[in-house]
Order: sequence, then C-alpha cells, then structure tokens
Amino acid sequence: MAGRVLTITSGKGGVGKTTATANLGVALATRGQRVVVVDADIGLRNLDVMMGLENRIVYDLVDVVEERCRLRQALVRDKRLSELYLLPAAQTRDKTAVGPEDMVRICEELRASFDFLVVDSPAGIEQGFRNAIAPADEVLIITNPEVAAVRDADRVIGLIEAEEKGPARLIINRIKPEMVRRGDMMETAAVVELLAVELIGLIPEDEAVITAANTGRPVALSDNSLAGRAFHNIARRLLGEDVPFVPLREAGFFERLLRFVRTEGEER
Amino acid sequence: MRFLDRFRRRRQPPSGEIARERLRLVLAHDRANISPGLLDTLKDEIIAVISRHVPIDPEGVRVTFTEGPRESRLVADIPIQTGRRRRG
Ligand SMILES: Nc1ncnc2c1ncn2[C@@H]1O[C@H](COP(=O)(O)OP(=O)(O)OP(=O)(O)O)[C@@H](O)[C@H]1O
Ligand SMILES: [Mg+2]
Repeated sequence: MAGRVLTITSGKGGVGKTTATANLGVALATRGQRVVVVDADIGLRNLDVMMGLENRIVYDLVDVVEERCRLRQALVRDKRLSELYLLPAAQTRDKTAVGPEDMVRICEELRASFDFLVVDSPAGIEQGFRNAIAPADEVLIITNPEVAAVRDADRVIGLIEAEEKGPARLIINRIKPEMVRRGDMMETAAVVELLAVELIGLIPEDEAVITAANTGRPVALSDNSLAGRAFHNIARRLLGEDVPFVPLREAGFFERLLRFVRTEGEER
Repeated sequence: MRFLDRFRRRRQPPSGEIARERLRLVLAHDRANISPGLLDTLKDEIIAVISRHVPIDPEGVRVTFTEGPRESRLVADIPIQTGRRRRG
C-alpha cells in the first residue's frame, strides 16, 4: 500500500508547523508506522534541529532535485526509533530551487517505502507553500487561538479547497487553559466554528516543547508532557482511532508516582 | 478609581469574546473579498446611479455585507425622497 502524504501548513509563521511535523513523525513511528518527515522550508531549515539530527546531514532535498545524489542517500535515519527518517531542506538555497512537480516526483518515490510522509511547509502562501501542498493527500492546518493566526488559517483553508486538496483538518496549538477559563483566550469551539473545519488536535502551551527544541528531543519521544501526549492523540486519530477531545491536564500526584514507579521498574 | 475601573471592566466583554467577534467580521469580508473600503465605493456608485432616475436621500443610504452559513449577501438600503415627505 502506498504511503499517505500529510502536509502541515498555517499561513502565519511561528505557530508550530515544524514542532508538529517532528512530533507527529515521532508519534506515528512510535506506533510502528514507517515515517519520513520532509522539510519543505528551503533556505530556513529547522526540522533537522528540532529533531536533533543536524549533525548527520550529508545531502538535502535540493541535491536530490539537482541529481547530485540519490533520494535514499539524502535520508537521515533517526536512531531513536526503528522507522523514522528525515529528508532535510537545503539551507543555502531559496524556494525557487524546487518546484511543485519536483515535490510530487520525490514524494511519489518515497510513498513506495513509507506509510506516512509528513511535510513541513514554510509560512506564507507563495511558492514554498505551493511546493509543500503539491504532493499532499491530506492537509493539516495548524493555528494558535489568536486573531491573526486564525485569519491566516482561514485564508489557507480557502486556498487548499481551491487546489482541491481539502477538506483540511485543524490543529489548535499553544492553548492556555487558564486564559481560556478567564475568558481571555478564544475557546477551541469558537475557533473551530469560525474556520468551519474538522478538528484533529488540541495542543496546550507547554514549556516542555521549548526544552525539547533546546535539546533536539521532540516531546512525543516520551509521554511525560501534556504536549507530547496531545501529539500522540493526533497520531492515533490519523490511524483511525476514535480518541475523544478531553481537555488535557497535568497528572496528579498519584499518577506521577505510579508512572515513576512503573518506568523505574522497566529500566531495571 | 479602582472601584470605577472594576465597574467599567465588567461592562466590557472578555478579550476572548472580542477576538471572536472581530474574527467573525474579518473572515466574512476576507472570504467574499469585500473590504469595508469596497462597500464605501459601492455605496457612492449606487447613489450616483439611482439618483439619476429616482430622487433619493444620499445620507440615508446603507450598504452592508452579511455572511450566513449558506449564503452571503450585499444589502443596499436606499431611502427614496417622496413628494409626501418633502411636504411634511
Ligand atoms: N505548544 C507549544 N508550547 C510552547 N511552545 C511552543 C509550542 N508550539 C510551538 N512552540 C514554540 O514556538 C516556536 C515556533 O514553533 P515552530 O518553529 O514549530 O513554528 P513554525 O510554524 O514552524 O515557524 P515558521 O513559520 O518559522 O516555520 C518555537 O520556539 C517552539 O518551541
Ligand atoms: Mg517551521
């Protein structure tokens, strides 16, 4: 069976596309899927550092397009999981080095060996975005519960529909439950209603995401953080499981104790 | 002053609610590609066209855009100056 191409895009910059790509790649691979994450943000590559693989890159996407290497040679294996690979973007080139038809061709080749291709789109709605959605079977829109991010998401959702890549599904990232509770952040239901799309994930604001970016170990590698668990829930939904959208909360003292005891036991 | 502040704040909806209301309008305009400026242009041109044929009250003309779940519409409300009103 040929792999599914999921493109993660947002319109607005900095809302969490690369974070989501890295973590969905990890979460899907943890569940036994063969996964390749593709960095389509040419000239501003980030996925490699988010995943802690920056020191292992030899070739990149542009080398493949310009036939300086074979596709297989450009793939970097993530040794932490059995079947997780990265196809890095070029850092010193710009978006014009690759066209939509190149992306389609490369993804077509990758489909044969993987269950999932997760494509990290650059911000904006120009060529880089066009490149990222060209090979997509499904598009996941990521946004934050803020006016500008939601507005840009709406614009992108319209473009995805016009390209007949829809219907896109929605991830709302950086939710602060405390602010929602006091009315100073939009409810997720309001965002979903405004954008009129299907929801596939809710990710809380979580300091663990920042420390994970510092160390190059995506939060989804463990289930110790709320954000990590939220990404695993998205992966389960992508695999067809019916996972309810319950608000995520910190584990209580006993849950933490239990988990501590359990992992200690495993490691021995 | 504190006391007054608190009183005032209570009357304003929480900022999340304001965000949602603003987005409702912005998205409606974005989706139809009709900016508030375009509505003004439309209004001026409608006034010019209609008043060539019918006496109207330019001050009272309203052109609005609404978006419903199924359809969007432009509504022009154009008060006509009738002879009766002029006499009264
Ligand atoms: N749920 C979260 N909690 C805390 N910090 C987050 C969360 N999601 C993302 N961030 C932080 O926000 C910043 C931007 O994230 P990221 O690089 O994934 O966004 P992006 O959409 O890929 O940006 P760009 O448009 O520049 O490619 C990062 O520093 C990241 O650590
Ligand atoms: Mg990014």
